[in-house]
Amino acid sequence: MRVPPKVTQAIAVALFGGATVLTLAVLVFVIVFVLGKGLPVVSLDFLLQSPREMGKAGGIFPTLVGTFLLPLVAVAIAFPLGVGTSVYLTEYTVESRMTGVIRFGTDCLAGIPSIIFGLFGYIFFVEILQMGWCILSGGLTLAIMVLPTIIRTSEEAIKAVPTSYREVSFSLGATRWETVLKVVLPTALPGIVTGVMLSIGRSIGETAAVIFTAGASLRLPDSLFDSVRTMAVHFYILAREGISIENAYGTAAILIIAVLLVNAVSYGLMNRFIARRTK
Amino acid sequence: MRNTGERIVQNALMLVAFSALASLLLIAVFIFKEGLPFLLRTGLRDFLLSSDWRPQEGHFGIYPMIVSSLWVTFGAMLVGAPLGIACAIFLNEFVPKSVMRVTKPTIELLAGIPSVVYGFIGVIVVAPLIRSHLGGPGLSVLCAAVILGIMILPTVISISVDAIGSVPNSYREGALALGATRWQSVHMVVLKAARSGIVAGVILGMGRAIGETMAVIMVAGNSVKIPHSALDSVRTLTANIALEMGYATGQHRQALFATGIVLFVFIMILNSLAMAAMKKSVK
Amino acid sequence: MSDPVQISVRNLSVYYGKQHVLRGITLDIPSRHVLGIIGPAGSGKTAFLRTLNRLNDLNPDSRMEGKILMGETEITHSDCDVVSLRKRVGMVFALPVPLPLSIYDNLAYGPRLSGIRKRFQLDEIVERSLKAAVLWEEVKDRLQTSAFRLSGGQQQRLCLARVLAMEPEVVLLDEPCSGLDPISTARIEEALMTLKATHTIVLVTNNTKQAARVADTTAFFLMGELIEVGPTSRLFVAPTDSRTNEYISGRFG
Repeated sequence: MRVPPKVTQAIAVALFGGATVLTLAVLVFVIVFVLGKGLPVVSLDFLLQSPREMGKAGGIFPTLVGTFLLPLVAVAIAFPLGVGTSVYLTEYTVESRMTGVIRFGTDCLAGIPSIIFGLFGYIFFVEILQMGWCILSGGLTLAIMVLPTIIRTSEEAIKAVPTSYREVSFSLGATRWETVLKVVLPTALPGIVTGVMLSIGRSIGETAAVIFTAGASLRLPDSLFDSVRTMAVHFYILAREGISIENAYGTAAILIIAVLLVNAVSYGLMNRFIARRTK
Repeated sequence: MRNTGERIVQNALMLVAFSALASLLLIAVFIFKEGLPFLLRTGLRDFLLSSDWRPQEGHFGIYPMIVSSLWVTFGAMLVGAPLGIACAIFLNEFVPKSVMRVTKPTIELLAGIPSVVYGFIGVIVVAPLIRSHLGGPGLSVLCAAVILGIMILPTVISISVDAIGSVPNSYREGALALGATRWQSVHMVVLKAARSGIVAGVILGMGRAIGETMAVIMVAGNSVKIPHSALDSVRTLTANIALEMGYATGQHRQALFATGIVLFVFIMILNSLAMAAMKKSVK
Repeated sequence: MSDPVQISVRNLSVYYGKQHVLRGITLDIPSRHVLGIIGPAGSGKTAFLRTLNRLNDLNPDSRMEGKILMGETEITHSDCDVVSLRKRVGMVFALPVPLPLSIYDNLAYGPRLSGIRKRFQLDEIVERSLKAAVLWEEVKDRLQTSAFRLSGGQQQRLCLARVLAMEPEVVLLDEPCSGLDPISTARIEEALMTLKATHTIVLVTNNTKQAARVADTTAFFLMGELIEVGPTSRLFVAPTDSRTNEYISGRFG
């Protein structure tokens, strides 16, 4: 018997609506659960004290420092490379076999799992270049990991700059580089910053690539050649080794807040960017 | 002088533009350099198809890990793909644009939740549920599949939403004008047009699932064996690398890099498939 | 202000890919003179304008043959320094394109590229250019606000002022009034009448009446060819080619 279209329509709505609600519920549950269990643990002492007994007691201050420094180093390296790449691809060359190869490389790099980045960073930076487990090794590894994100978002943002701006700049006697510096990049800036913020968010949450390259030292670093532990790594170790579930919750809560904050800012920027473009 | 400056900038930028490609090659070269000699010495067959993983005694067979990775990934797809695609369809076709404008960023925001947090939820919430209702150790293929399935939702949803959103409205209007219900227009017209894009989203989700490491270590149980049911504890390729890398030396370490090569090849195949699907959807 | 120059175009052809957009144009533009170029859409008027400041170079598919002399310089030569050429030859586009900067910074964009950094010099240039473009009175109190806040007609005069700030010898205008109301158009034309005492001006327009009002000489382009060129007073009264006659009497285009 043929089911009437009205009935299939109703079933479809119920099914798909149910799936959507379920998805949102699960994702919201994750956040609420972690914040609910974790926030009561968080206090000023928790944030500002060093951990004692491997993190069983005390706070998470050194891991806050690590979580701040590592993405910073990563972005400081990946930003010029990524933006430079996208400027080259959009402003300095026409689509050719070479740009195709560059794009292919970028896409492939984007798909590589973080454990491979970890392996590579370990063998290359830590061992072969003899940098050891340190902020710089970790930052370089993360920089490679987030490079595709920065390239892609910058390219989108630069492509969205009206051609007429470039023509005006050239017609006023600007060179290509002057045009890029004075007109193209400033106009594309919010989009580029969005990519940077997304990269920071990803670096903050990363574990596998970090643990093999930056190590897991709980001491405060003195230089870029010291090992650090990020919140994500700290959380992983606390939870996995069952050191302190309570402090794990607390760390996870701060971790989630940090990531959500960074992502929210980047989406806010993106929306403003889109709104300005369509105005 | 100005021309020289411009030329220097152009050449510098060209050099920079190869940074991503160069990184990719560097990664490939060093992973292969560490793992390939071992792979050639042991033989591809013995490495891939033997179930004997006893590093201390010099036995390196990763067949159980390959099977486990595939099972876990497949399970994650069973959880994540239908849910994600259903979500994408619902958000695109059945709700007002304003709801979509709030929901999509929310979901993408959630993509930023670190994977270790998902893993933790798996340990604290999902595994005990499985243990008490279905039996077994709890930390299992099923638990990993559920957690990874949830983790890949944002990837699947976001790419599928874009794919469905790029189907021209005239297609829908054409179907609706012929008296189709919303659902008929979706499954007869819209989904056909957006198929390649959705497939690409699912494949990229698979890539994420097969490559995930820390969350899987936390929830899959990590026993080296071929799973007989969804409730068995398993160890994936990624988990194998991360668990033993800390103390492995000599041959053992090379075997882990060889495991990395296998993973690398898997991912490259998946990425190529996804890219091919994307290209098709652009046409 | 530097002396304006004579422009000589010899047998100029331009291709966009396989498309032959200009066919063997030969034309002289005397200095301190307004050349109006009229013709239907797609007749190559804009392409011609864009060879005069080599803006066609931005299109990698474009190619040109023939020769253009601007004063002593052969601007079509591959060794020609296009950056300094573009400082001598300013261009106003069909639609007003303020850069996303303040009014002041829009005006100072060109001078700053030439290395002028001193505030009082820039102030002086900004004021003089805005006055020449008949915009000064309307914006003098809000130079630091975004150029996007101006009306369409004001924006186009801003673009003209921005060109004048570079002190060019030649000013190219590509249908500068196509999107403007009659009053803004009158303002622009007013500015042009003053400018031609000191500049060589090439004005592309799809409005034959505007050419009749402003141009000293008018050229009629059709399908990439120069059909006829002559003093405006003669061309509009007694065109020698029947196609010119048909166009200006409004029979096509």
